[in-house]
Amino acid sequence: MEPIEGKAYMEQNKRSRGMKERHYWEEWTGRIYTSVCVVFLVAVIVSIVYFVASKGVATFAVNGVSLQEFFFGTKWSPDGEPKSFGALPFITGSFAVTVLAALIASPLSLCAALFMTEIVPKSGKRILQPAIELLSGIPSVVYGFVGLTVIVPLLRDVFGGQGIGILAGCLVLSVMILPTITSIMADALSSLPGGLRESSYALGATRWQTIARVIIPTLLPALLTGIILGMARAFGEALAVQMVIGNAPHIPQSLLESASTLTSVITLSMGNTAMGSVHNNALWSMALVLLLMTFIFVLLVRLLERRNRI
Amino acid sequence: MLKKWPFILMTLTMVFALAACGSANNAAPQGDAATGTDNKAATELTGNILAVGSTALQPLVEQAGQKFMAVDKYKGIAVQVQGGGSGTGLTQVSGGQADIGNSDVFAKEKLESGADELVDHQVAVVAMSAVANPKVGVTDLKKDQLVQIFTGKITNWKEVGGADQKIVIVNRPSSSGTRATFEKYALGQKTEDLPGSIQEDSSGTVKKLIAETPGAIGYLALSYIDNTVTTLKYDGVEANVENVEQGKYPVWAYEHMYTKGEPKEHVKAFLDYILSDEIQKSDVVDLGYIPVSGMQVKRDADGNITK
Repeated sequence: MEPIEGKAYMEQNKRSRGMKERHYWEEWTGRIYTSVCVVFLVAVIVSIVYFVASKGVATFAVNGVSLQEFFFGTKWSPDGEPKSFGALPFITGSFAVTVLAALIASPLSLCAALFMTEIVPKSGKRILQPAIELLSGIPSVVYGFVGLTVIVPLLRDVFGGQGIGILAGCLVLSVMILPTITSIMADALSSLPGGLRESSYALGATRWQTIARVIIPTLLPALLTGIILGMARAFGEALAVQMVIGNAPHIPQSLLESASTLTSVITLSMGNTAMGSVHNNALWSMALVLLLMTFIFVLLVRLLERRNRI
Repeated sequence: MLKKWPFILMTLTMVFALAACGSANNAAPQGDAATGTDNKAATELTGNILAVGSTALQPLVEQAGQKFMAVDKYKGIAVQVQGGGSGTGLTQVSGGQADIGNSDVFAKEKLESGADELVDHQVAVVAMSAVANPKVGVTDLKKDQLVQIFTGKITNWKEVGGADQKIVIVNRPSSSGTRATFEKYALGQKTEDLPGSIQEDSSGTVKKLIAETPGAIGYLALSYIDNTVTTLKYDGVEANVENVEQGKYPVWAYEHMYTKGEPKEHVKAFLDYILSDEIQKSDVVDLGYIPVSGMQVKRDADGNITK
């Protein structure tokens, strides 16, 4: 390269010094901006946890409801005489709909994800992925309303009974968590470590053998992560479930009988109870249970991620 | 240079948002107090009114609020209406976060403490009726039949002269004001949630479920009832406005707007406006409530009725 001389050289030098200053400034604004955001986020998280925990613990510490009654009692009658606060029916309901929804949605999601990444990657990515992403954009009240208008009458006609209940709830939920599970699984599948797939084909394995013996076992932790995040969403979903599950505070005898989840009881009663009353505090305790369950789900995902790395 | 603008803009927005969050609760009452004293001399009232609570009363307060703010005399007053339920409304007005707490029930039925400080303004009456799926073949129930149905002693419609059909109860959550009213004045007792009963909090959903579920029974405010469900007479008395006003039909409740202590001038102006003929004779009736002015009977918090 020819050396730059005279005016031109000076000019360029000045410009690059200006650039340097600008970069320095940009670096610092970026840093300050992100730090402020992080501090803000941490403050929000800490205060939410503190608020829910202090309210939730009050049921036991201030109002003297025993832990045993809350977690193992089956009678929920906060306005009755005598009052009782057994949340077991709701805890059971929450777990039942979550597990069933995951059982329905996971195989479907796995197939959709495999289809998108292994079988027809091109058209799968172009058509199926946007379609599935669309599902996650639909507000939950719409799911609830569709459930109430389509699924509940259908179940009533096919199986008899009320149609409302755990089965209706988990069907609605399984559609809602489908996009979460599918997109996480599809991401995992498309990030398969290089060469594994090709090596398998090179050994003469068929596509199905490759999928079943190489791809799925290798990516199992990542696939499970998808399922657990889906379950976390199902566990926390309130509105759609509340509309179709029936909300009777009892452990149901069948899948087609009215039942409740933690979230549905909270949304149903929170506004009608006065802050600070035992009933209200008991609802906060349920919120605390939900929060702790979320922690557990996140913890599981972390553990799976660690396994995935090895 | 241009690249930095979005960042700066976002930071500013966040700062403003935070500032707004922080001051919303603290500054509003101060602002009220300040404007209150400033305007002693002036004839025009100014200030903010925040009414929170009952979703059953919300449509009326919202509509009345819009009309109120459009009146020339009151254009300095801003009325803001929020839902959240009767419990929230009572808690917030008693805690001083809201100027008015809307409630479907008397404050002392819901609040454990602080109900004495609240001043009750009854702005409308809501009547409720038991309703059933049209195919059950029953149009009239006696009080004790209703009690036995809602306590699970009668489980089939044929026991009360209807079709051979299992009874499905569509209830409100135990904390609901509508349920409290129905239990207190129609059943005369509290009921427990039965296994297999359905609970929904929105009147629209309750109506939809009763209309579609075979053998369903529930209860709705008169304004929600249409011909998709059968309205059941109570002891032979039809649920309609005249019967409620004359005290023949007992299942009704006041809609309350509570203030903490006597209302401030601008809040009082709004409450008076809702109680004026302009709102009582048009909006109240249009929205399906019954005007308090037309009631020939009065009722206190313990349910005692006076002519």
